[in-house]
Formats: sequence, structure tokens, C-alpha cells
Amino acid sequence: MSLDEPILSRRGLGRLGVAAATLAAVGAVKAASTPAEAQATGGTIKVGVLHSLSGTMAISETTLKDVMLMLIEQQNKKGGLLGKKLEAVVVDPASNWPLFAEKARQLISVDKCAAVFGCWTSVSRKSVLPVFEELNGILFYPVQYEGQECSRNVFYTGAAPNQQAIPAVDYLMKENKVKRWVLAGTDYVYPRTTNQILEAYLKMKGVAQEDIMINYTPFGQSDWQNIVSSIKTFGSAGKKTAVVSTINGDANVPFYKELGNQGIKATDIPVVAFSVGEEELAGVDTKPLLGHLAAWNYFESVDTRENKAFIKEWKAFTKNPKRTTNDPMEAHYIGFNMWVKGVEKAGTTDPDAVIDALIGVSVPNLSGGYSALMPNHHITKPVLIGEIQPDGQFNIVSETPGLVVAQEWSPYVEDTKDLIGDWRAPLKCGAFNVKTGTCTSGKKA
Amino acid sequence: MPRLIALLLLIVLVLPGSRAHADDAYDALSASALAISPESFDSVRHGIEQLAESGDPRAAVVIGALHDGTLYANDDHALFIQQPDGSYVDAHTGAKAPDVTDDDVKKVRVNNAVRSAIDAALGGLQLFAPDAPTRLHAATAVFTSHDPAALPALKKALAKESDPAVKRLMEQAQAAALLSAPDASEAEKLDAVATLRARGDQDARSVLSALAGQSGPVGTAAAAAVVSIDHFLQIWSVAQSVYYGISLGSVLLLAAAGLAITFGVMGVINMAHGEMVMIGAYVTFVVQQLMHAYLPSLYGISLLIAVPMAFLVSGAVGVVIERSLIRWLYGRPLETLLATWGLSLVLQQVVRSLFGANNQDVDTPGWMSGAFQLGGLTLTWNRLYIIIFAFLVVAALMAALRYTPLGLRMRAVTQNRRMAAAMGIRTPWIDALTFGLGSGIAGIAGVALSQIDNVSPNLGQGYIIDSFMVVVFGGVGNLWGTTLGALTLGIVNKFLEPIAGAVLGKIIVLVLLILFVQRNPRGMFPLKGRAVEA
Repeated sequence: MSLDEPILSRRGLGRLGVAAATLAAVGAVKAASTPAEAQATGGTIKVGVLHSLSGTMAISETTLKDVMLMLIEQQNKKGGLLGKKLEAVVVDPASNWPLFAEKARQLISVDKCAAVFGCWTSVSRKSVLPVFEELNGILFYPVQYEGQECSRNVFYTGAAPNQQAIPAVDYLMKENKVKRWVLAGTDYVYPRTTNQILEAYLKMKGVAQEDIMINYTPFGQSDWQNIVSSIKTFGSAGKKTAVVSTINGDANVPFYKELGNQGIKATDIPVVAFSVGEEELAGVDTKPLLGHLAAWNYFESVDTRENKAFIKEWKAFTKNPKRTTNDPMEAHYIGFNMWVKGVEKAGTTDPDAVIDALIGVSVPNLSGGYSALMPNHHITKPVLIGEIQPDGQFNIVSETPGLVVAQEWSPYVEDTKDLIGDWRAPLKCGAFNVKTGTCTSGKKA
Repeated sequence: MPRLIALLLLIVLVLPGSRAHADDAYDALSASALAISPESFDSVRHGIEQLAESGDPRAAVVIGALHDGTLYANDDHALFIQQPDGSYVDAHTGAKAPDVTDDDVKKVRVNNAVRSAIDAALGGLQLFAPDAPTRLHAATAVFTSHDPAALPALKKALAKESDPAVKRLMEQAQAAALLSAPDASEAEKLDAVATLRARGDQDARSVLSALAGQSGPVGTAAAAAVVSIDHFLQIWSVAQSVYYGISLGSVLLLAAAGLAITFGVMGVINMAHGEMVMIGAYVTFVVQQLMHAYLPSLYGISLLIAVPMAFLVSGAVGVVIERSLIRWLYGRPLETLLATWGLSLVLQQVVRSLFGANNQDVDTPGWMSGAFQLGGLTLTWNRLYIIIFAFLVVAALMAALRYTPLGLRMRAVTQNRRMAAAMGIRTPWIDALTFGLGSGIAGIAGVALSQIDNVSPNLGQGYIIDSFMVVVFGGVGNLWGTTLGALTLGIVNKFLEPIAGAVLGKIIVLVLLILFVQRNPRGMFPLKGRAVEA
């Protein structure tokens, strides 16, 4: 009982601050000392898996760890790689961005992983980027992201904005004759950059400034009442309105619940989301969400033989008939197979040889075609648009006729419209300015 | 395939005659089952419109099946409706089709544009339904589509309509459709504008503002109507913001009420408070799963059963925590902070290992979903129930503290521990029960939060800071202060949000709060008396 002691005196607050800092440090040390699964041994090739298994991002990233374990097991059943068995080294960066960098360093320099598959948020990728560049590692990054990056050591198997956001906007413009746009996002780098690109794109298409509403909310926003109501008001101007949502993670469920409760149906104001997949919808009653859209490069409902086989293996591997599959899982599937092919082509796991060998590699994706790794370290993908169904799956309503090549630097943003990335010799540059003919950054020293 | 679809489309558009119409409509409907393309969806849409106009007696059934997602087509464009038992009937005739299996047919796909056409068509067909709610629904659908093609049907339906509410909605639907009809006279249109202006909500505004840019008397009248509706909505929007604020405040209040006991009354800095809320939400999930399996008949009231269960489970966890951990740390706030913070991580990871990292699906019962209109206000049922629930919980808590023997002992122990002990009160036991009570209240909050937020291991983290803010702001140890503090923070937040944006709004609230606490370190309603001075 301590009512006799003032609980939040100023000195107390200072002490609390120190305590919090100590805690954070303790947390970091604790997590850092988690032993990697095995020490280096001669007969295996190590593959790093850098996904959060605890903390806020665990909800999304745990699945990706599982899919990597499944892919590695399958490859080992097929006889491994270069006559050696593959061995997964799983670490837990605990949704803590600086810890991502530490764990990445450990995977490359202590565990000597030949390649690392990992990261989800852009901020985690940005935090490991210098590590991979310094130690010359290989990272496969499986999540759709904002683009505007092209590192020699990173292979982006998720979608760039032109492989997701722009086709989705085009679809709404053409199919639903949308004239007014709400760009709603969580306040961090991916939504800000994507919305910057989208805004420029919409203006180029002749949408007036007053027909665009941009709204940012903090991470984990759970009270959407007046934002949803202001979207409703914005939509009552006599022009067809749509919401483009880059709302991230846990904030989506309360957002969709509020939409349903306030009676906004997809036929009135459709919402197209870039971060909502089968996994995120698993915790929502999707009946009121019928017809809201998502744009991805893969849906579980894709009707191909490859996909059916993949889903069957996944359910068998996880021993859970209810587990869903999603787009970043497919990205890891593609990325892993590309890496295997690249290593076989190079005949070694030496990073420099593999990085060069990977360009031009092409492997089947799950939607019935082949994805190729381009010189800009991004892959070609089809763009699918799906509508949410009452069972939490997506009904595919549009697919691009062919594969879309990623634009790593957006042509709609003033600063980057002249940049290209090309990691083939002789250019070997991640940001080459075609106007001035100079390599502005990312050049390998 | 696209060529075939184009051909179909052509046939549908060109062929006259109502019987032929219906046949082609059936053909057109099958297009999106066989190919995904803008053309195939267009074809389905035209098929629906044709079918609705054809007067085919099966039209309502077939379009209804499309609406429910039970319409299938085979490769020869024959349509079948799947029955609840999984068998198929011929859509055309309604006869059984025993030799059709799941492998032969594909679902006719529907997108938003098609869904709008379905709603409009079904609306038109159901205007004459025998029961008033269906007609009301149909009139709403026609209002939303405001398709001039529905005008003759509306006119007929209006003449027969006896229910005043349905009649009013039909008149509004007629007005909306008239405004988009090219051949309506100016007088009719001006009447229509007046009807919609009287309706005065966002949907009416939406129809009117499409006309407001036009020249001529109709455009002017529409523009004036939009201004008038805006004015009306603006006044209501203040009330709406207050309601949102109270709603947010009630959520904060629920989350903070338990903390007002553990932190406010006992002085324990309990960083694991949010996890007690999270446990309450998971109890709700488990109760729903169990009831779904064993007591499906009572599933509708699962939430009511979850409330006492959550209280007991979270309360028990609270007692265990107090006995095993916190009692060793009384009088040492820093250690308590560290220990309970660690505990919160442990609890999160335990739940994550038990249930998985994914969100769990907690159902919202029918009586808690949707919204209703009150004047210009839109009130959502779930929020309204949470507001009522929050006040009930706080009232019950106050009554428990004031009128029960346990409450009396709790107050005695907090006010003067040694004297209470001298009077024969087992103070350690009271400590454990007080902590259990606070944790149990947090568990109850979890039941309510499961209705508006994710049920995931991280649920509690989002509320811990807010809860401390509310308790400190309201005045430590004072439940009235906590209540008013929660409501004030909620309302201020909701008024700032539209002006400053959600992110900046939150920051401003925090800054204001810090300034306030600087001036009034004991919050809005400081406890007075010797206990504080001591």
C-alpha cells in the first residue's frame, strides 16, 4: 500500500523513464541471447529466417516463418541443394526494429547464412538494409511495399506500387466510375509514400484536389467512428467515391467493423485495401464486408493446380485444415525457388555469384504463370483484384492479362521519375539517373 | 471466349420480344462463371436488367439466387441453382437436375457493379411483396439505384401502399428516380427536389448535389437544398461528435475502471492491467466456442454469460498475481512497475502460445450490429450498448465499494491500514481481493472490447497508456474522477480529431494532459483528507 507516497512525483517520473530505458535494454539483451538453432556445421547450407515471432507483428510474420520451414523441408526431401541439406536458422526479432538489424548481423556473420528470408514492415527492412549491404548478405523481402528503393543485396518479391496500388485504382476508375477518392492510411512510411504516388497519379488522371481526401491514423487505431462518418460525408457529394486503404495490421478489424455498423456497403463506397489478406480477415465477421476489395498478386481462391497443391501441402504441414494462405507466402514460395535456382545456376552459395546468377531466373508462381527476376531485383507478377466474400475468401473480379514489371522508382514522383535500377554489368547501379547519366546512389563500390 | 461473350451481349441487346429476352438473359447471366473480364460482368448486369423487365415468373428466384451466391452455370451456359442440401435445380424451369455435380458447374461471379444491379432489380421486383419490411427494403434499394426504369413500378406500388413509412420512402425513391429521368417535366423535378430536401440526410444530399451544378431552376433549387441540408447536418454533427466522444469515453472508462481500483485505490502501478482486459476478451472467445458446441440454442446471449465468466477468470488471475508477486513489492513502485511489465509480456506470450498469434473471431450478436437514426444522429447499436454497459459497471463498482462489507473493509484498509488491522481485518486478504476486484473489472471490459477491437494477444497494450491517463487525469483514487476524466478525454479527442487529424489530435490531447497534470498533480478530483497528507 503506498498511498502515503506520491506515485507520480517529478523525480519519480524521471526514475520511471530510466526504468523504461533499462527495460528496453533488458528486453533487447534477452532476445538477442536466444540461441540460434544450430552452430555452423560442414554439411549443410544455412538459410536465415528473420520474422517476428512475438510482439505486434507476430500476427503476420509467424505464418511466413512456418512457410519457410515447409519450403526448406520440401527442398530437403527433394535431395537438398548442391548435394547438401538445407538448414533453417530461425531467429525472433520480436517486432523490434533495431533488433532486426542485430539479428540480421548475427545471421550473416555468426551463422553464415547463405540467404536470409525475412522482414515485413518497411521500417524493419530499412533497419536491416545497411547490415546486408555492409556484410554483403542476401535478403528476400516478401511483402508489398512502397517502392523507391533498389539495393544490390535485397530481392523484392512483394509488389511495388505499380504492381498493386495503381492497377487497383485503375480498376475502380473503369469499373465503378469512381470520381472521388479517400486515401486512408496508418501514419508511417509505406502509406505515406504510396499515397504520395497515388495522389500524383490521380492528379495526372484529372482528379481535382477537392476530390481527394487524405487521412492518417496512428498505429493500432481502434476508434474509427468519426473517421468513417467523415468518409460517409465526403461520399455524399453526388460523385462515386471509393476508399483506398493502406491501413496496417490490427487497425483494420475495428475499421471494417465500424464500416459495417454504419451501414457503408461496398456498392455505396467500396474500400480497396493493400494490406488486408485472408489472414487479417480471419478474425472478422466478413458478412457486412461483402464486396469490399483487395489488390494482391495472389489469393487463396486462385483456381490453379499449382495453388491447390500448395494449399494441400500447407494444411498438411501445419496440421491445421483451417490455416489460410496469403500473398506474402506466395512471395516466399517464389523467392525461395528463385534462390534455389540461382544457387544451382551459380554452382555455389557465394553471395556475389548468386546475386549475379539470380537476375533472369524464372520460376512458376501459384497463379498459373512464371515470375521472372528482373535486373532491378524485383519480380514480374500478375495483379489480381478480389472482392471479400462472406466466408472470408476473395472472389477474383479482375486480373491483368499478362505479368506486370515492377517500377522500383515511381515515375509519378518528381524526384524519382528519371531513376532506374539495373544491377547487371556494366551499369550495376540501384538508382541510375537516365537524364544526367549518373548513378546517384546504391552503386557498388 | 471474349468473342463469344461479345456475341452473347450483342444478342441480348438486339433481340426483341419478352420471351426471347428472358432466354437470352439466362445466357448472359452465365458469362462471368466462364471468364473473368469487364465484358463478362457487363453481360451479367445486362442479363439481370433484361430478366427483371421480362416479367418471367422465375426472375425473382434466379436473381435472388445470384444475390445469395447459389447460381451456377455449366460450360453450355445452362444455369442451375444450388439448393441448401447441395443438389441442383434447373434455374429456367425449377425442375430437379439430379445428374449435375459440383464438378460440372462454376459459380456465377458477382462484382460490385453487378451487385448494385441485383439490388435494384430485386428492389423493383419486391415493391409488391406482401410484408412491409421487405417493401421497405425494396424501396431503399430503388432509392439507392434511383434508376428511372423503376418509375412505372413505383407509381403502381405507391397507389397500393398503405404503410405510411414505406409510402414515404417510396415517394422519396420516386423523387430520386425522377431527377435522373431525362423526360420528366420541370415541375415534377422541382417537386422531387423539395421531397428530397425534406428527407435531409446524406443520401438525399448525394442525389441533389449531382444536380447542383446544373443551370436552370432545377439546378438552383437543388443547390439551395444542398446548402439547407448541409446546414442541418452541421448542427447535428456537433451532437454526433459529442456522442462519439461519450462512446470513446465509455470505452476508456471501462478499460480504466479496473485500474482505478488497483492503481487508484491500492497504488499499485500495474502494467499488466491491459493483459487482464485481454484475458477477459479471450474468455469471451472461449465461452462463445463452448456455447457454439454445447449450447447452440443460447448462443444469442453468449455475451451475457461471458461477462461473469470474464470477471471470475480475470479476477482469479488477479488474486494469484497479487499473492505470488505484488504483495512482495508494496511500497516499491519502481520494482512493481518492472515486475508487472515483465508479467504483461509473459501473459501475452502465454496467450500467443495457447491460442496462436492470429486474431480470434468473436461474433457480434444480431442485436448489437447495425445502426439506427435519431434525428440527424447515426447511433450504432454496439457503441450504444457499450456506453450503457460502462455506466452500469461503474455504478455497480461504486455500490460494491460503498454498500458491501468487502467494500467497507477495502476503504478501511486504504484509509488506515494499521487501524483496520487492529480492528481485526485481515489486511493481506483484503489486498488480494481488492486486486482481484480491479482485475475482474478489467476482464469485464475485455468482453466489451471484444466487440469493437481485435481479440489478439496485443489487445491490452493499446489501452494501458490510455487507462493510466484517465486515472491520473481524473484524480487517483476517485471513481467519479475516473468517470468524468474518461468522458472529458473522449469528447476532447473526438472534437480535435476532425480538426487536427487523428495523429496530431492524440498528441494535442497528451500535451494538454501533461500541462494539466503539471498544474494539478492530483488530477481533477484530488482525494482530500488525512490519508493523502500522511
